[in-house]
Amino acid sequence: MTIDWRELVRASLPALALAALLAAIFWLQPRAMSYQGLNLLLNLSIPIVFATLAQMFVLTVGDLDLGIGGFVTFVACVTVTWLAEAPLVGVLVLLAAIGLYAAVGALIELRNLPAIVVTLGMSFVWFGLAVIVLPSPGGRTSEWLIAAVRLRPPGIPLAILAAVVIGVLGHLLLMRTSFGVVLRGAGGNPRAITRAGWSMLQIRMTLYALAGLMGVMAGLTLAGITTSADANIALRYTLLSIAGAILGGSQFTGGRVSPIGAVLGALVMTLAASFLAFLRLNPDWQIGVQGAILILVLALRALLDRVAGGASR
Amino acid sequence: MTARLARTGIRDWLFAYVGAVGVWLVTVMLAEGFGAMQTLTAGLGFAVFYVLVATGQMFVIATGPGNIDLSIPATVTLGAGVAMSVMAGSDAMIVPGLLAAIATGTLVGSFNYALIRTLRIPPIIATLSSSFIVQSTAIWYGRGLSIKPPEALQSFTFARILDVPVMTLAALVFTLAMAVVLRRTVYGRSVLAIGQNPKAARLAGVDVERTRWITYTLSAALAGFTGALFAGFSGGVSLDMGSQFLLASIAVVVIGGTSVAGGKANLPGLWGAALFLFLLVTMLNAAGVGSGVRQLLTGILIIAVITAAGGEKRGR
Repeated sequence: MTIDWRELVRASLPALALAALLAAIFWLQPRAMSYQGLNLLLNLSIPIVFATLAQMFVLTVGDLDLGIGGFVTFVACVTVTWLAEAPLVGVLVLLAAIGLYAAVGALIELRNLPAIVVTLGMSFVWFGLAVIVLPSPGGRTSEWLIAAVRLRPPGIPLAILAAVVIGVLGHLLLMRTSFGVVLRGAGGNPRAITRAGWSMLQIRMTLYALAGLMGVMAGLTLAGITTSADANIALRYTLLSIAGAILGGSQFTGGRVSPIGAVLGALVMTLAASFLAFLRLNPDWQIGVQGAILILVLALRALLDRVAGGASR
Repeated sequence: MTARLARTGIRDWLFAYVGAVGVWLVTVMLAEGFGAMQTLTAGLGFAVFYVLVATGQMFVIATGPGNIDLSIPATVTLGAGVAMSVMAGSDAMIVPGLLAAIATGTLVGSFNYALIRTLRIPPIIATLSSSFIVQSTAIWYGRGLSIKPPEALQSFTFARILDVPVMTLAALVFTLAMAVVLRRTVYGRSVLAIGQNPKAARLAGVDVERTRWITYTLSAALAGFTGALFAGFSGGVSLDMGSQFLLASIAVVVIGGTSVAGGKANLPGLWGAALFLFLLVTMLNAAGVGSGVRQLLTGILIIAVITAAGGEKRGR
């Protein structure tokens, strides 16, 4: 019971990082501390939060999805073309895309393939499909979708409200239901889960389908925010989503994931990008700052582990 | 037959060569016999870049599951930028420029290893975070860097002896040297031992940490060097010149028959896989498909090859 506080600090690291970043931004630009300011700051976070959740679902079973950036791009391209012009076709295509995601999970499970390579191949498939759907930048997002991401709920900016809702829903599903325990167990000890009568095939397919669903949500909201799309629109989402999920406390092994952490991690990554603008620094360093913050959080976590390890072991 | 092939390890890389030859034949057929040799020559030349980065990636992957170097693309770009500015277009500065690119890679590799060691994080995460920083540095450093590569470097990348690029011959010598390193040196054997069972390797007296440090440094140094060479080949630095090497390095290693589970390395397969990847793009270009279809088919074929080559054995 004595080391509980360390676990607490460890779990709250993503929140602390977010708070530190927000504090720094507010200090540099007090006007950001308003409804409108937060709205602008976090505007782009909604799709990144969804993409990070998608990555987290794949991480749950110990895989890594290098194709999510391509998938979100594809969804955005479908959103501004088919979904806007022929909604029924668009919906069917997006559902089929989620089905394909589950099928990829099935393929990885059945043939015991390295997920990294398969999803890397899939990233080419998605980017290729995106170019086929939308050969040149353009398209137009449906008005209802644009209106949806421009909603201004009273009191709390949409991005924050969305982050809270997504985080809580993800937490309830993965951490609070018995089904969530099975899903995470599949990452921790697949043999035990199989012996208990669960099908690893179904579990992997479920997690990949969930990732696909989150990817679709990311593409829809991204297209809603940008109102048009191009075939490179979410190029950086793959690395960003991994960074966000890891910053939020997810690990590669043992089915250790944290939905709330992933949401916070995604917010930190989004804010890190706009932080430089407030410092009036060269935007070339945007990616670098994201990397540095990731390393900093991981270093703090390693430090905590070392302190905790020294005490308990 | 199959059993004997499997025992000698040929089956692991034969696949890549069969694929490369098949793709080449289709290309030749599409072009109705024209330019068959030119296509092959171009392939042999371009394959060098893939083989160089993939050699580093292969050593990394061979050290065991979870070991992968995601910083290669960023390091390629940074290496190219550093080399071009050191060379400053002068033939006399080619060697210092190449050395500077290798030194840059060495720094990146050591940084990667330092992250893995001190933060105790999976190599994927360590190399991912460092690639963010390296990429930023490369963008900042390379912006507005419009230095032409020195004449001699550019002509070296295109020089040929009897239709075979000189660069290819040099790279083949390098591959042979790496094969000796892998099979005959303590370092090479340590890599495979760690990949098979790090605990056993450590108990057997293998210096695990030193081996991993050398491996990550080797990978990044090769990436930096490749960047310098590639800049000479393509006529300068561009900010996203490294991006194609992420997929290329991993795909070439895996298609070449190296197991992602570690403990195995397959140098001959790298050439087959690199040729396969290049000729695949050439074939799709010859077939006149657009860039979307080309990417789509590339992705599908990579997945098909991985699926056909089969996954890892169950268990462990």
